[in-house]
Amino acid sequence: MKAEGKVFKFGDNVDTDVIIPARYLNDPDPKALASHCMEDIDKEFASKVSEGDIIVADKNFGCGSSREHAPISIKACGVSCVIADTFARIFYRNAINIGLPIIECPEAAAGISDGDEVEVDFDTGVIVNKTTGAEFKGQPFPEFMQNIITKGGLVNYINEK
Amino acid sequence: MGMTMTQKILAKHAGLDSVEAGQLIEANLDLVLANDITGPVAIGEMEKMDVDCVFCEDKIALVPDHYTPNKDIKSAELYKCVKDFAKANDITNYFETGRVGIEHALLPEKGLVVAGDVVIGADSHTCTYGALGAFSTGVGSTDMAAGMATGQAWFKVPSAIKFNLIGKLNPWVSGKDVILHIIGMIGVDGALYQSMEFVGEGVHSLTMDDRFAMANMAIEAGGKNGIFVVDDKTIEYMEEHSDKEYTVFEPDEDAEYVEEYTIDLSKVKSTVSFPHLPENTHTIDEIDDIKIDQVVIGSCTNGRIQDMREAAKIFEGRKVADGVRCIVFPATQDIYLQCIEEGIMTTFIKAGCAVSTPTCGPCLGGHMGILAKGERAVATTNRNFVGRMGDPESEVYLSSPAVAAASAITGKISGPAELGL
Ligand code: SF4
Repeated sequence: MKAEGKVFKFGDNVDTDVIIPARYLNDPDPKALASHCMEDIDKEFASKVSEGDIIVADKNFGCGSSREHAPISIKACGVSCVIADTFARIFYRNAINIGLPIIECPEAAAGISDGDEVEVDFDTGVIVNKTTGAEFKGQPFPEFMQNIITKGGLVNYINEK
Repeated sequence: MGMTMTQKILAKHAGLDSVEAGQLIEANLDLVLANDITGPVAIGEMEKMDVDCVFCEDKIALVPDHYTPNKDIKSAELYKCVKDFAKANDITNYFETGRVGIEHALLPEKGLVVAGDVVIGADSHTCTYGALGAFSTGVGSTDMAAGMATGQAWFKVPSAIKFNLIGKLNPWVSGKDVILHIIGMIGVDGALYQSMEFVGEGVHSLTMDDRFAMANMAIEAGGKNGIFVVDDKTIEYMEEHSDKEYTVFEPDEDAEYVEEYTIDLSKVKSTVSFPHLPENTHTIDEIDDIKIDQVVIGSCTNGRIQDMREAAKIFEGRKVADGVRCIVFPATQDIYLQCIEEGIMTTFIKAGCAVSTPTCGPCLGGHMGILAKGERAVATTNRNFVGRMGDPESEVYLSSPAVAAASAITGKISGPAELGL
């Protein structure tokens, strides 16, 4: 499985309050959430992002609240993958559980800029910056999580148990 | 090799003799928690699972606290979803508005968590119960759904950081200042994926309310959980509030810690976190004049009775400054009632504070005290992210109840010393 798209680059400690502010949590419909995604950090994000685009961020992406609405809003925007230096742990779990591909890769986080065209191969963990030609090797998921992902998320994993 | 407190609790709940950091385990859960924001998403996910009912109606807590009393039609729908589910599944621990409180103050008060428990909650501040010597951590709604359906959750056993507490806090300095100090020191990802274990003789001098405030903010350092050793005060608290059987786990002598810090409580000063990250800390003596528009005293961090008493001591015989709004929200109905019985409520109202029914309300920018563009608040809550309490161009400064109350009176960020206290 591969993803390819234009990069939206963010810095350290992007928290779930800016990914999807609490004032919009009263409507959990993914489309409604997507329309406000990243609004407090980049007002136009939801209108600029298109299907397949990739978010790249520095340290501790998704810190803060446990709201699953955050990865849901990102996924519903059409974002195909989030690459970060590190992820906050609840966000990491949630992304896996709802099927939003994420990859931890400090080198890629440092070597990719806003607007670059990037290709990600989830099977090998290889990330290619097509704009600069640079190639990075991302952290593969531990086997246990791979299992959850290949079964299509936690719900199916439980159903098959 | 020896195990940490967290590792011992996880091993026991996974039916293993020992575990080590990095190991993936499936653990049995003693309690699974959700609120009115995360609950409906979890309920939706559980409906997709091939199960007819929850694993145990007594081990689920549904606490619609975030938008209570319902702020608009959409939040009323969320509330109703949780309520209908609770009824259909005979959930014992479901709390209606009027009996509800902020989840992380309410569950210990109702005796639903005790030492040695494993608790997951679809709320990041679920780590609060580490104050009681339990392992508790925040998860998302899908994990919560799986927990409700199966009574189990998967965990990666965390490595740990040890905080050896020594000495005693000075007057007007509280657990909140200690945890802000620690977050300032290690950063908002300083304990990423790890447990923060609080040990040492200094622990005994801390009240339970200090410990709750500290464990509550472990997540603000990226921690998986924060946990305290159990002592006489913990046991007294549990015996007063709970009939549940508890188990005390001590860290092994040779438990492995990735890092160790010694914190001398007597050296900790009143500490304030500047926007927009809890790690941007400054001690009160190094802060210039910063004018404020609002003060918020409450939340799952500092809405307990000690916090109310501390604030009331400062408000006694004084008035909130002109041009400042001060909103006090006790965390539970019991605390609210205690404030009335102790006369604290009178003090707040005479000082010119607005007192709210227990709710998360302003803490997450939900309702009951939203900031306009350019406004600035001092709050005893736990997050000061961009837009947390309202407009993305507003600002939140995090502090203890003592600093928040003193600031309400002077109209700028101040410690009790500025009032001659
Ligand atoms: S008081 Fe604030 S931090 Fe605590 S549970 Fe409510 S919204 Fe979350």
